[in-house]
Amino acid sequence: MRMSTTLRHVFLASLWRRRLATALSLLAIALGVALGLAVQLIHAAALDEFGRGMRLLSGEADLQVVGPQSGFDEAIYLRLAQRAEVAEASPLLEIEARLPGRDTSLRVFGIDLFRAAWVTPSLMPMAEVPANGTPPDRIAPTSGRDVRLHALQSDTLFLSPAAASRLGLANGDELRVQVGTRESGLQVAGSVPGAGVGQALAVMDIAAAQQTFERIGRLTRIDLRLAPGIDRGQARKALSDLLPPGVTILTPADAQSEVQGLSRAYRVNLTMLAAIALLSGGFLVFSAQWLAVVRRRQEFAFLRALGLDRGGLKRGLLAEGALLGLFGGLIGVVLAYLLTAIAFSLIGGDLGAGYFRGLAPELRLEPGLILFHLALAVVAGLGGAWLPAREAARMIPAHGLRTGDEADAFQALPRWGTTLTLLVVAALLCFLPPLDGLPLGGYLAVALLLVGAVMALPGVTPWSMRLLPGHRSTLMRLARARLAAAPGQAVVAGAGVVASVALAVSMAIMVSSFRDSLEDWLTQMLPADLYLRASSAGTSGYLEPESVDRVALLPGVRTVRPIRFETLRLGESGEALTLIARLVEEGSGLPLVAGTLTPASRPGADPPAWISEAMADRLGLGVDDRIDLPLGEGVQPFQVAGIWRDYARQQGAIVIEMEIFRTLTGDGRVNDLGLFLAGGTNPTQVMSDIRDLLGERVSDMILPGELRAMILQVFDRTFLVTYLMEAVAVMIGLFGISTSFAALAASRRKELGILRHLGLRRRQIGNLLAVEAALIAAVGVAIGLGAGGAIAVVLIEVINRQSFHWSMDIQLPVGVLLVFSLAMILLSALAARLSGRQAMRQDAVLAVREDW
Amino acid sequence: MLFIENLSKRFDTSLDRPLFEQVTLRLAPGESVAIMGESGVGKSTLLNCIAGLEPVDGGRIRLGDKNLTALDEDDFARLRRRDFGFVFQAFHLLPHLTLAQNVALPLWLLDQDEASADRIAHAMLERVGLGNRADDWPRHISGGEMQRVAIARALVHQPSLVLCDEPTGNLDPARAQGVLELLFQGIRTTGAIGILVTHSRMAAAYADRILRLTPLGLAAEPVSS
Repeated sequence: MRMSTTLRHVFLASLWRRRLATALSLLAIALGVALGLAVQLIHAAALDEFGRGMRLLSGEADLQVVGPQSGFDEAIYLRLAQRAEVAEASPLLEIEARLPGRDTSLRVFGIDLFRAAWVTPSLMPMAEVPANGTPPDRIAPTSGRDVRLHALQSDTLFLSPAAASRLGLANGDELRVQVGTRESGLQVAGSVPGAGVGQALAVMDIAAAQQTFERIGRLTRIDLRLAPGIDRGQARKALSDLLPPGVTILTPADAQSEVQGLSRAYRVNLTMLAAIALLSGGFLVFSAQWLAVVRRRQEFAFLRALGLDRGGLKRGLLAEGALLGLFGGLIGVVLAYLLTAIAFSLIGGDLGAGYFRGLAPELRLEPGLILFHLALAVVAGLGGAWLPAREAARMIPAHGLRTGDEADAFQALPRWGTTLTLLVVAALLCFLPPLDGLPLGGYLAVALLLVGAVMALPGVTPWSMRLLPGHRSTLMRLARARLAAAPGQAVVAGAGVVASVALAVSMAIMVSSFRDSLEDWLTQMLPADLYLRASSAGTSGYLEPESVDRVALLPGVRTVRPIRFETLRLGESGEALTLIARLVEEGSGLPLVAGTLTPASRPGADPPAWISEAMADRLGLGVDDRIDLPLGEGVQPFQVAGIWRDYARQQGAIVIEMEIFRTLTGDGRVNDLGLFLAGGTNPTQVMSDIRDLLGERVSDMILPGELRAMILQVFDRTFLVTYLMEAVAVMIGLFGISTSFAALAASRRKELGILRHLGLRRRQIGNLLAVEAALIAAVGVAIGLGAGGAIAVVLIEVINRQSFHWSMDIQLPVGVLLVFSLAMILLSALAARLSGRQAMRQDAVLAVREDW
Repeated sequence: MLFIENLSKRFDTSLDRPLFEQVTLRLAPGESVAIMGESGVGKSTLLNCIAGLEPVDGGRIRLGDKNLTALDEDDFARLRRRDFGFVFQAFHLLPHLTLAQNVALPLWLLDQDEASADRIAHAMLERVGLGNRADDWPRHISGGEMQRVAIARALVHQPSLVLCDEPTGNLDPARAQGVLELLFQGIRTTGAIGILVTHSRMAAAYADRILRLTPLGLAAEPVSS
């Protein structure tokens, strides 16, 4: 049957008639779409910008040889350059140079100018050119040297336009870099015009870089361009055999996908939160559509009498839901682009995980993402309309024609069987392993828990009304009687409350647990009284053993605990992980979740190592397992003595004894120093002494309390997006209650009119609605608390664990939850009272006499 | 022809007590019957059963060569679209459609294009004396006028069966008379079968026959009562 005219005038036009409910449904869906799409747009743009930068820096390279952060022997370069498979080999030394007196570091690439031109031309420097544009004068006015040889000078470097702008430096200016605890000056001699927009980096001659940064004979990367016709996979395999342990061959895409993989979990989690916000929007559509179906029962019954078949009725109502979804989605897309533009201007491309800090991505049209989110919005609208459409089609037309039969629509039967099934399936899904690194079982479990919680409403409502003690108040008795007899009303009004409370409670428990666990972790990881670092890990600053000895001898310093960081690459895949060399003993600050800090030492046994949870998950390792680490000239086996909790390094970390590290590598340098002070010593005095000893600008010092506060501040900033989503979810719940009660009051005008006839005053009608709303909200909040708790467990034990490999101790913020619950109940009562004002008007009395 | 044979309906499926049974009726095209009875005897339910709006518990209904009791819900809906017209006590005009659109609604359900449906609807409204109110809304007209619109809607698609459930229940006697004249004139003109369920003897008198529904079936209504 062609439906166009009937569809237009009877179904779709009704959306315009119920403008307020329609607007709120649109808003709810729009917010869900906006949040989800904005997260995707920001991340996609940032990743694209990041990838573009990486591709630019990789240039023509087919393969890249990489190793530990401290570098590998440059002899490998000669070995590879002579191979037939290799057309060109370009050695690089990449240093993250600390800049004393500035709170930023700079990527410095030491390159072989003659090789780089063939492989990574974007890194080629250009000497300064006089402003008048005439052929360059060979003698530069500022340096007095031949410009053509600038690039080969040991004390010159070239800045990309972004770096020059960020540092405020021009040709001829001096840039101070830190090496160890010394400062070294380099002259800016020109630019790197090929570096992409936003790429802040510097280039200098590789030999000069090795000398300046004390990395004589070391490289960090070799870019290879293969000979024509050579298969990349085979070449990779063949060349890998020439490499020592800890050095591996990657394709340029591998490096990009490494970061993509790390940031993916963060992005997916945010996207899932947005999806749950969208789900809350779907619940709002459900409430609005159900109430509309109730109010239009007679109309639908009459249309059925005229000959509209069940399928036509269902299709009409689904079309309403789909249209709501489509328009809500379109509004959401516009909002998403607005949000993204604001985010780019405020926080750049980094959503809080830190992978894309410093990028300046651009806003772009993403048709694929837009269409996908529009489709999701339509699905949300259809999902919300499906059950009301089904119920409307199942109605016996003769019953619907009878006036005052709306009570039928609220005779929702308890669905304990369905609820229980959903909960059991949700529990089973939690045991599924991650799929392609994503905790899909966990996400599905969350969705099922939400639906199961809403399905519990028709059963829990009458049961809980019966539990309430008898009350003298007429209004309470009326409210209880109605909810016990018509629990469907609770379903309609309470579905949004359950969903939004469950979401807010689960997030509150998860964030509170995470924060508490993080704070506890920080306390354990930072046992010293004062921390000193030459620079952040991986940059050019470090403490020499002599400096450490001198600091240890300062008055007030009882003992020092040095820490060394290194990046290692394991196995064929070359997965990067962080090596931490330090003293390991009881009370030394390693939060174990399994194993022991003091394994029994046996002669001939492999030395102990302690791996992080992320590393244990990624490599499938447990206590007493063996792991081989490329250290020094070879590979050293270690035995896993324990597994520790690490919130700092998502890719994994391993701790070994400092003594063993020094024995194997001969490297006595130190990145961080923990100082334990004698009783009564003033830390400020010790800090002053250290500045006098090492210099003002070449070291950072921080008290553990300050460091904890700083890290927790970063944590709070990171979860800002999450808090925003919680607020959106709660608002949606309150909107839901408000519109539901407005519509319910309108559909119950006859009933309320009868109460007015019987003597109830207008204010009492308003109070009755408030009491009903408070009871519904109380039931919804109670179910929401339970569901929220269950979802929190899934978030903590399944989703977070499988996404980020973090464990945390569950912490219930009881005070916050209590206040939130009370606030929801009170606000719901207020919302219902205000929106049910129609029912208190005089013409409600007249409604008793109406048939229509 | 409409054949109703031994129709029965139980009041509640959980009880074995029938609401009515042994209802048998034969009507030829152009013939009308009024069914009277005490309150709660099931007059409206009988009408709903004939229209397929409620399931029957026994017996058969045939309209021409079609066995209506063998049809499923959706097939019955499609049949109602073509062959049934309804006039209810509560008018049941859709408040968000104009008078012309309300009358055109059955034609929309029959896939007729909007323009020609609109023309026919206007013509029907003329016949019931409301041609100049075609673009008004139901809330702007009186009860009697609403029932005229309902009659126009019931007849616009020339159904073979017109079912009326207390069509004058909400009207004062003067208006009721006018509505009944219009209704039965329309039924006779279209040659439809008319079934009227009513409490009102005055309304029943317009039909060709008057029957009384009892729990044991239909009986002829005495003229004097």
